[in-house]
Amino acid sequence: MMWNRNLLIGASLVGFNVLVAMLSLVWTPYDPLEIEPALSLTRPSTAHLLGTDENGRDILSNLIVGSRATLITGVMAVVICMVVGVTVGIATSVSPRWIESPAIFGIDIVLALPTVLFAIVLAAVYGPSTITAIFAIGIALSASVAQVTRREVNVLLTSDYVTAARASGSSTRRVIRRHILPNIRASLFVQASGACAVAILAESTLSYLGLGTTPPAPSWGRMMASLQQFLLIDPIFPLWPGLAIVITVLGFNLLGDGLREVLDPTLRESKH
Amino acid sequence: MLWNMLRRFTLLLASLIASSALVFLLLRLLPGDLAQAKLGIYGTPEALAQLREEYGLDKSLAAQYLSWLSGAIRGDLGLSVLTGADITQELLAKATVTLPLIVIASLIAILIAIPLGMFAALRFRRWDGIATSTVSQLGIAVPTFWVGVILITVFAVQNQVFPSGGFPYDGWSDFPNAVRSLVLPATTLALAQGAVLTRFARSATIDVIQQDYFRTARATGLSRARALRIHGMRNAMVPVVSVLGMQISTLIVGAIIVESVFALPGVGQMLLQDVNVRDYTKVQGTVTATTALVFVVSFLVDSILGVIDPRARRR
Repeated sequence: MMWNRNLLIGASLVGFNVLVAMLSLVWTPYDPLEIEPALSLTRPSTAHLLGTDENGRDILSNLIVGSRATLITGVMAVVICMVVGVTVGIATSVSPRWIESPAIFGIDIVLALPTVLFAIVLAAVYGPSTITAIFAIGIALSASVAQVTRREVNVLLTSDYVTAARASGSSTRRVIRRHILPNIRASLFVQASGACAVAILAESTLSYLGLGTTPPAPSWGRMMASLQQFLLIDPIFPLWPGLAIVITVLGFNLLGDGLREVLDPTLRESKH
Repeated sequence: MLWNMLRRFTLLLASLIASSALVFLLLRLLPGDLAQAKLGIYGTPEALAQLREEYGLDKSLAAQYLSWLSGAIRGDLGLSVLTGADITQELLAKATVTLPLIVIASLIAILIAIPLGMFAALRFRRWDGIATSTVSQLGIAVPTFWVGVILITVFAVQNQVFPSGGFPYDGWSDFPNAVRSLVLPATTLALAQGAVLTRFARSATIDVIQQDYFRTARATGLSRARALRIHGMRNAMVPVVSVLGMQISTLIVGAIIVESVFALPGVGQMLLQDVNVRDYTKVQGTVTATTALVFVVSFLVDSILGVIDPRARRR
């Protein structure tokens, strides 16, 4: 069971990312912000493994430091969307119909709103920053978490053991804590992993558009936007940040798929 | 059927009003108001008061929203707070770039994804099926702007087949060049969308293949491909069409990114510029119009689903 291919590859890619992010706290090949005009836009060499950017900064060092910002963004957005999504999902499931119906309607609207568009509006209001990006992404993703949670909770609420717990006098709060939360925990991990991939992709997109992380903090999306200008000199420059994003997002996607397959036995053989 | 359509239509109207109110509120909750934003440090109290009256800012929030809404229903999104230009006019002009981009990209995505997804499904235990689905998995993880940059590198820099960006100054009256300048952007957008669609087409087809009626069809001597064409297609299309409807919002966001990569003067490019110069009335108009488009398209897709799948009508 632990030898699920997706889970293994996904966990290794995510683990590698976490290691790199931790490494960046104590060591990078060069100071990522150190400007060295003489070394502007050099190709990969033994001194600078991935070359240098227009200001002579080491690209590898910037990528390594960028992984930290990327992971923090992903994790914080996921925390927001899981807390909001699960709370709203459970609360609407157990509440009376006159609260439930408008809440479902609200969830549907947020679900249909394009995440990045919502983030753009927030950036217009509060100015571009990592925090606005995280907040916008977190709230936007919480709608789909709420929807999935609702679906699962509604099934659990009709189960015999919940009825039994109710009959023996458990309060709603106790039923949620003792019987509902432990049963949806597995699905929450799957959702969190998938949401993390979406959040990281969305943050890099916002930074690329100039609406996310602001300079000088290294961010993969913004590195991509600035290195893209030097495509004519050598197309290798914008390759690196893109590759870093792909590896990270792929890692979280595979981790989510793998978790789903391991936790849901009906999927193991057939589809994926 | 009719009752169901009516219910969906009511929901559509409610969503349109709720989302436009949300965008309106978000942009009005700013510190300071539009008049201050426009006049800046030159704002004498008299000038501010005059401008507030001009834009109706002296009225209550609800009154402001209602007057904006009644204009929007008639297709009048108001005037830009910075340039005084008519927002609807500008939006329509920019849409002549963005809408063709989205339509061409969806067509390419469908043409790639559905055959590819079915292929991956029919051969899901063989190496070529697995390879196809691995590529689509990888495609989901690739950021749209990166695909764009790679396509520019290969088809505009190394081989100068297509322009690396921009749109002819004369717009669509310079038809051949307009089409040429949309080829790479539309392909970029299509590849990103196609990857998601391929995965859905694949799992929908696998679902069909495992059904009893499919096995019966095979037992009567039909080949897998033929059985799929006669009995499977329509069933496999249901989830794919519904995903396509949900994709419209990612398509629009994708269009904003692609326009930025290829310097296309479309709606997305305009929105980003308006955000930078803080032209709030234009941001509001553009975002509301775009979300309205998303809601209307998903309404239409839901209605089409009812035609393809009689079971969906009853839900």
